[in-house]
Amino acid sequence: MQHLKPAKTLALASACVAALWSGAALADPDLSADLMIDGELHIVTQAPADDIVPNLPARYSGWLFRDPATRDMQADDFENPAMLAVDSGAELWETADGTAGQSCQDCHDDAEESMAGVRARMPHVNADGELWSMENYVNNCRTERMGAEAWRWSGGEMTSMTAFISMQSRGMPVAVQIDGPAAPYWEQGRDMYYTRYGQLELSCSSCHEESTGMMIRADHLSQGQISGFPTYRLKNAGIVSIHNRFRGCIRDTRAETFAEGSEEFRALELYVASRGMGLDVEGVSVRP
Amino acid sequence: MKLKAVTGLIAAGIALAGTAIAEVAPGDITWVDDVMIPTSLTGAPGNVEEGVSVVSSRSAGNCVACHGISALPDVAFQGNVGPSLDGVGSRWNEAELRGILVDAKHMFPDTRMPSFYRVDGFTRPGDAYTGRAADPATFGPLLSAAQIEDTIAYLMTLTD
Ligand code: HEC
Ligand code: HEC
Repeated sequence: MQHLKPAKTLALASACVAALWSGAALADPDLSADLMIDGELHIVTQAPADDIVPNLPARYSGWLFRDPATRDMQADDFENPAMLAVDSGAELWETADGTAGQSCQDCHDDAEESMAGVRARMPHVNADGELWSMENYVNNCRTERMGAEAWRWSGGEMTSMTAFISMQSRGMPVAVQIDGPAAPYWEQGRDMYYTRYGQLELSCSSCHEESTGMMIRADHLSQGQISGFPTYRLKNAGIVSIHNRFRGCIRDTRAETFAEGSEEFRALELYVASRGMGLDVEGVSVRP
Repeated sequence: MKLKAVTGLIAAGIALAGTAIAEVAPGDITWVDDVMIPTSLTGAPGNVEEGVSVVSSRSAGNCVACHGISALPDVAFQGNVGPSLDGVGSRWNEAELRGILVDAKHMFPDTRMPSFYRVDGFTRPGDAYTGRAADPATFGPLLSAAQIEDTIAYLMTLTD
């Protein structure tokens, strides 16, 4: 019996390759889809692979994996439910809060100018050498400069604010720094990406690199890019932060997750952001 | 040891049924040629009907999350991360299927397929899908010995 095994395994291996191919073929991403917002702003949703993503054929936004109705919703700012959050973020931007009686606008003025490109660079290392996500910078301004309370990482005010700030980078390519002081964080994030967590022993790569385009039950697997975040998830009827999405994915491997805002998730965010370099920031996206 | 509660219950059930057969715990598996497990984990054959429910139910094996099975057209949303299980009973014998189910990494070292009857060696194992850490006192395998046998019984019916 054991001498049959290699032959069988080989036959299976080719069956799997065949399955992979047919999976990949029926599977999208839909490369003919083009994201044009309100008929005027073109968003890059495909970018070439490079040394950072040696195992990907190319970088694809999650938008390319969604059904046409969801894609259309994102192509029309009037239909995009995330725009409500952007609006409340804009309001928070100019609202004074805290003991200093100041608003974001008092220091940063017109967000369209001062915040342009910020999402594209996040997360990045701060003056103290620590890797910070956008949420950290926002809360630092609140507690240190405004004398206001920190917002919860994925609470409504914070996701509205990150939605508003991210919009100021819409259409700009993701361009995070991964060398110099960022290098150790990036490596930590890469190690996490390939760690098989939980009782199901699945890594980010198991689902988003090895199984891109395949169906895992009712879900169509994308590359797990974050260029579209924060995203409006129809299933949650609300805005989902990057770390909240990470937490859900790790939980789904029957693992003990990490906390939103943890050093681990910030490192993972940097690494995953770098896998999307060259894709445009979508501002706020819509996902099922 | 971690399985005490589960095995205890099952053992009690078996005792009641009057068939005093010892169940093989995850740590006590005897592998043949590293990929096969010739003897039933419960000492008895599985139940085909139960096997159907294990492969298709989200709260049990949820095998259809990754595998298609044409014989179950009523089970919605079958995935394709793994190969179709059509004809799997002709491709593998019972001992091989038991090995694949207990711990597929013996047959396919880097596979994405989870190990359904193993309790150690995990990175940050959780308490089911809560996101919290697993409690070592109650942590058990993904499927019980009986569920593994039921699944094998069903897979053996999937012949070409
Ligand atoms: C068990 C499978 C599985 C694993 C493991 C997994 N994910 Fe996911 N992930 C999904 C599914 C399903 C979706 C929703 C469909 C999609 O966009 O792929 C998703 C979506 C995402 C998204 C949203 C993409 C978008 O365009 O909206 C991100 C980001 C993401 N995952 C990152 C990760 C990271 C990082 C890890 C590892 C920490 C990970 N995932 C592990 C299954 C998984
Ligand atoms: C997360 C994905 C996943 C889940 C869940 C899963 N499998 Fe698999 N399975 C795979 C993959 C991938 C392979 C291909 C083996 C390899 O990796 O080379 C496979 C292979 C197999 C094979 C050999 C297939 C052949 O064509 O010869 C059998 C039998 C099998 N799985 C049964 C099951 C059963 C039964 C369950 C549920 C109790 C299950 N699998 C759950 C991913 C999965």
